[in-house]
Amino acid sequence: MNTLRRFFATPEGAAGAAILGMLVLIALFAPLLFPQDPLSIAGPPLLHPFTDWSLPLGTDRLGRDVLAGIVHGARTSLAVALAAALASIVVGATVGTIASFAGGLVDEALMRLVDAFQTVPGFLLALAFVSIVGPSLAVVVVAIALSAWTGPARIARAEVLSIRERDYVAAARVIGMRPSEIAFREILPNALPPVLALSAIIVASAILIEAALSFLGLGDPNRVTWGGMIAEGRTVLRSAPYLSIIPGIALVLAVLGVYLAGEGIVEATAARRGYT
Amino acid sequence: MSAALLELRGVSKSFLRAGQPVSAVDSVSLDLGCGETLALVGPSGSGKSTLARIVMRLVEPDSGEIRFDGVDLAAAQGEALRKLRRRFQMVFQDPLAAFNPRATVARVLDDPLRIHRLAGRDERPSAIAALLERVGLDRSLAGRRIHEISGGQRQRIAIARAIVTKPDLVVLDEALSALDVTVRSAVLKLLRDLQCEQQLSYLFISHDLALVSSFAERIAIMDAGRIVETGPAAKVIADPQSATAKALVAAIPKLKTGAVQP
Amino acid sequence: MTPRLSIQDISVRYVGAAVPALDRVSFDLAAGERLAVIGESGSGKSTLALAVVGLLPSRTVVSGSTDWPGLGHPPVNGRDIGFVFQDPGASLDPVMRVGRQIAEVAYTHLGIGWQAAHATAIELIGRVRLPEPARIAEAFPHQLSGGQRQRVAIAAAIAARPKLLIADEPTSALDTIVQAEIVSLIDRLVKEDGMSLIFISHDIALASTIADRIAVFRAGRMVEIGKTEDVVAVPREAYTRTLIEAAVIPLATSADHAGGGQS
Repeated sequence: MNTLRRFFATPEGAAGAAILGMLVLIALFAPLLFPQDPLSIAGPPLLHPFTDWSLPLGTDRLGRDVLAGIVHGARTSLAVALAAALASIVVGATVGTIASFAGGLVDEALMRLVDAFQTVPGFLLALAFVSIVGPSLAVVVVAIALSAWTGPARIARAEVLSIRERDYVAAARVIGMRPSEIAFREILPNALPPVLALSAIIVASAILIEAALSFLGLGDPNRVTWGGMIAEGRTVLRSAPYLSIIPGIALVLAVLGVYLAGEGIVEATAARRGYT
Repeated sequence: MSAALLELRGVSKSFLRAGQPVSAVDSVSLDLGCGETLALVGPSGSGKSTLARIVMRLVEPDSGEIRFDGVDLAAAQGEALRKLRRRFQMVFQDPLAAFNPRATVARVLDDPLRIHRLAGRDERPSAIAALLERVGLDRSLAGRRIHEISGGQRQRIAIARAIVTKPDLVVLDEALSALDVTVRSAVLKLLRDLQCEQQLSYLFISHDLALVSSFAERIAIMDAGRIVETGPAAKVIADPQSATAKALVAAIPKLKTGAVQP
Repeated sequence: MTPRLSIQDISVRYVGAAVPALDRVSFDLAAGERLAVIGESGSGKSTLALAVVGLLPSRTVVSGSTDWPGLGHPPVNGRDIGFVFQDPGASLDPVMRVGRQIAEVAYTHLGIGWQAAHATAIELIGRVRLPEPARIAEAFPHQLSGGQRQRVAIAAAIAARPKLLIADEPTSALDTIVQAEIVSLIDRLVKEDGMSLIFISHDIALASTIADRIAVFRAGRMVEIGKTEDVVAVPREAYTRTLIEAAVIPLATSADHAGGGQS
């Protein structure tokens, strides 16, 4: 509770929370704000922004509403990023924890697997995966998770290995606590916070990877995405630059919001640690 | 003389350092009687903390025999060892590091009661309150987090955790070193009182001969993994035999009284 | 005689603290004088040290004055004041050879070249009685024992020939044998260089072996100050008496054994 208050007290936390909160609200209420399919034609093509107030951000080459695209695009961006981050943290933390507890051969094998994944640039891995399996929302999520799970795995392993040697784990053994209870009550709750601190970076990079995949035409073709909108606008970049700039701004805002919120979390938890 | 509660025979342990085995504990033999306090004193790096952890079965010895009340402690494993742990407990040096940073006072004391089924779920809060009062703390402390209370209070909680299972042996690993002087004497008095009430045996690990001299009946001096001298506390301090013991006695800071110095 | 350091009515209050960490403390320190500051955790003894060297966190409310009569300029940390911390592991740079860390102080404050500074460092390593100074100078802190590291930290603290040495619990991370060696080393260096010493400790027995005067702190106040022999023999405050008793009890056993007898 106190950490939450400190989070909002930091300028980064407050700004990040404001931006993210706005984006989440927009994403949640997208079907209410723009009940029509954002891929349907809403007006004349290439209508510039702020000329027609029923279509405030104008229309694209096919006459689709840009604002509706941005709003529905927020839905895709956030959903993909959050799902991918969640998947990579769960998978990574599980693998790292298993490796550190098992030790020996299992640890070696899992960590070499992590090495193997880390040697391939994350975006290339995602690109290759989507090209082979074919673009859909679920595939994009898995692709991004594939490129991001190694970070959490490494940190979880290092944390568990370090905490296992602490006096309070020895104290738990001394009072006769079972190994399973030591793992779940004494070690994991203290090992996971640093892993979660990674989540902001993972979400931010997931938003960018998703946009990049869509930009290359490897996003889900049945959904509006910011990356896809930028790609669409590219062909008329000279005559209608707003078609690329507006989703670009949305993208920057989203990443900035996530980054600031992450900084706020770090500040708030650091303040708590400094307090003890 | 009562039978020994704890017997160590030829206990050795070496660690690998840069690929080379370095002996930390070198064929140590010790006896600790029921209700007795034995101080294990030595400079840092002498192996006394490793020996304490071997006794607590936190570190596996390479060789040697550990008998606890006649039971072969080194051979106990798994569930049998966990059951046996009720009878030998430990207080760690750093009262902050010895607790889960997320724990509350109540949880710390609840765990041993629950694990060893010493009190039913409903009885535990009152047992914890009684225990807090026994170690000289207010029962309202139960809801506080460990990191919110003072170092002296924390070490009292650590002692409470160690005695809640009514053990026969408590290993005190530099348990007073991190405490202020006045807090230290109060905690020392608490340990003495508990010893009288519960017939506790203490294995008191310290680098400070002055600190243990008033508390322990016997002193074992350890250096470079070996026991170099054992004897009654007063005798070891008044007439040290080994070079290590002589150095430790000489290092005791003497209060400069300005009066006649012997 | 003008004192080397004169502290008048110093009060310190940390941000958000209900009570002051230091409450109207005054004393003079003569040249070559050795003062022990005794107190438990929270007594304000470390705050006093930080106030003297001006290292209190910003936004801390400080009142009172710290004067250096005879110095002629505001004191420079490292040159006029040397500081030895409790944990030598934390005060040394882990990735710099110890000889260079000592030489850096000499180079910065004495206006000499690097070569001369390095020679000074090796000489200082000899003065703090470390064996083979030239070899130790090339070592990294982690290659030394805790006692050796504290000797290096002391060498760095005295490298610029400061007028005042502040030692904040310099031995509490060390075992008793090393503690006795370090205290006698500080004692010797202070005498040789004519430094004034502020020796901060929780152990009145240890402090009495090195100090000319003892100041007892409790909850931010200086409750008692006087000559070591006087404070130890006839403490004015009940609190000081408690500290002395706590320090005397352990020796009672040996005294009894020797037939001394103590009530």
